[in-house]
Amino acid sequence: MSYAAGVDVGSTQTKAVIINEKKQIVVRALIDTGANVTAAAEKAFQLALASGGLGDEEVEYVIGTGYGRYKVTFGNKQVTEISCHGRGAVHIFPATRTVIDMGGQDSKAISVSPQGEIIDFCMNDKCAAGTGRFLGAAAHALEIPLDQLGPTALQAEKPVRISTTCTVFAESEVLSWLGKGKKVEEILLGVHQSIAARSIGLLRRVGIQEEITFTGGVAKNIGMIQALEAGMGKKINVSEESHFMGAIGAALFALDHIIASRKPSLKEVS
Amino acid sequence: MPYNQNNNSPVGRGQRDGAKIFRDWFQELSDTAERGAGAAYVFVMGSFNEILKTFDFPVVFPEINSLQTAVRRVAAELLNDAEDYGYSPDICGYVKADVAVQLKGGAHPMGRIPKPSLAVLTNACNTYIKWAEIWERMYHIPIFTIDIPGTRAHGVQTWPGDAQFENDRRYVAEQIKELITLCEQVSGKKFDIDKFREVLRHANDMSRGWHQLLELNRKRPAVFNALTDGTIYLGVANGLRGTAAGAEFFKNVVQEMEYKSANDIGTLTEEKFRLFFVGVPCYPIFRRFNEFFTEWGGVFVHSTYLWFASGGTNLGFEYDLKNPIDSLAEGILINVRDAMDSMFHQQQAILSLADPFHVDGVVYHPIKSCRTVSTGLADGRRYVMEHRDIPTLFIESDLMDKRVVSEAQMKNRIDAFFEGLVSRQQLAEVV
Repeated sequence: MSYAAGVDVGSTQTKAVIINEKKQIVVRALIDTGANVTAAAEKAFQLALASGGLGDEEVEYVIGTGYGRYKVTFGNKQVTEISCHGRGAVHIFPATRTVIDMGGQDSKAISVSPQGEIIDFCMNDKCAAGTGRFLGAAAHALEIPLDQLGPTALQAEKPVRISTTCTVFAESEVLSWLGKGKKVEEILLGVHQSIAARSIGLLRRVGIQEEITFTGGVAKNIGMIQALEAGMGKKINVSEESHFMGAIGAALFALDHIIASRKPSLKEVS
Repeated sequence: MPYNQNNNSPVGRGQRDGAKIFRDWFQELSDTAERGAGAAYVFVMGSFNEILKTFDFPVVFPEINSLQTAVRRVAAELLNDAEDYGYSPDICGYVKADVAVQLKGGAHPMGRIPKPSLAVLTNACNTYIKWAEIWERMYHIPIFTIDIPGTRAHGVQTWPGDAQFENDRRYVAEQIKELITLCEQVSGKKFDIDKFREVLRHANDMSRGWHQLLELNRKRPAVFNALTDGTIYLGVANGLRGTAAGAEFFKNVVQEMEYKSANDIGTLTEEKFRLFFVGVPCYPIFRRFNEFFTEWGGVFVHSTYLWFASGGTNLGFEYDLKNPIDSLAEGILINVRDAMDSMFHQQQAILSLADPFHVDGVVYHPIKSCRTVSTGLADGRRYVMEHRDIPTLFIESDLMDKRVVSEAQMKNRIDAFFEGLVSRQQLAEVV
């Protein structure tokens, strides 16, 4: 049995996924990226190997993705996270035609064909508003753990209106709302709605076609899922694997290479 | 057929000649500045070089000066100087680099730019008017703005013989006559109609060559890169319009490209994807920007930049030497109108050229510096995608300001675009 791996080196976290020839996820690993990107890629991959009891030699092909993809020095090839999230989303939810990926520092809207081919994409540009970093700034200001942001926001009945379009200024706006006596949950709901509105703007630029699949680390946030659904008036797919979607897509591309390398060439057939 | 650049092959001549022409041009400008003489300041969309060359004015194109500062990596310092002087970070980078060059007494990486003795401009770009007013304030020189009526509505163009066009022609011709009077006053020379006809003849030769050159890139593999080589050709097309040297350059480049076409010599060793460029290049990282595409085997076979930044001379319009003033008015009307339409309504032209140029994808590059040329690109792109199954890429940066050029983000988008093209190609091969 051969295995294929995808290593997604994101701005905040590094994810590694190993799949078998049946495209089943065998093992996954997740670590903070930190300052040493090369080491993070290596560590995530080794962690995945160890968790699965696999040796290096059993993984036939490795593809690096994410902003640190060129730092996956042990990888065989690099593929952008745009292609990988599209491929991963269509693998998990085959009817996917639109992907919204929300990561630590960027958000992307991706339009995909039934084969997982990228038709169009749109990303936030030079600004981290509308990304996980915006939520991180709010969490820091409100002293709430990241995993509690969504559930807390959903307790609110009426959100405040977050007007800033800048992640750096978001923290001061959050503090100013606190100073005006607004409840934490009301502020958080406003933050979620603000980010959702920016992301929906990206989605509209590529065209919103169902089914819509939400990927990336922020997809674990129930408050963001509901804010996106409410903003679009449509249901979205969210997988348990959403955080690993880029790495899954990379592993699937790696498996393509393994399979393609086994096919006899036309010369051999003749 | 194999080729050898040592056995009198014309391959590469255009680049060499273009570089020499640029050096000579800037040497002439430096000499003019050293003598303390002035030059005519003009812009690429409606330069009226035909009139100015008749009076032997040294001609300065501040847009070309500014882009040279970006390519030669001194623009950042100039932009800072202009901003320290009071200009906003949000306005045109070309303007700011020029202001800084003026404040430094014309010091430019290619030589010394002489001060203006007059400025001639059209309404093809709204910034032209405010830009020229800066020189007017700095140097107290006359500025002459020629109002060129453009297309009244998308897809509604009038032509010679139409009542509206003939009204427009008379309107422009009268303005040209006023310009001639001003040139006589500034230069102290009388207008020489025979010399003017000679200048127009050279301009005709150049326009014919420019049009032929662009058409030659229908060939697969492409014989020149519309982004990099195209920028050299543009510089000559603007700066030497109406001169024998400019006409000769294009005659030679056409010969070079015909030779490459006949011998299947492409500009890339292995051409995989043929691309259409829409907008203005990213000059702060010009070489790298191009490499982002060529590393994937992508070559730009055509570009709207070659249309609007040549003032519409890509059309190949030729003046009637028997009726030079009216014919110049006609040519300016048609060419400048086309230049403006190339910025605002380029989608139909792109669709019509996609097949003859075998285009695999369209790259849109809006820039922060210039909302005029960038604002409609998102809509144009959507129109193209709705009317044809063709991949497009939309990347934003700038033509001058490195501070808003994010190489990593840009490369990420370009790589994803090519991954899509590769996957599309593979699927097509399976089918």
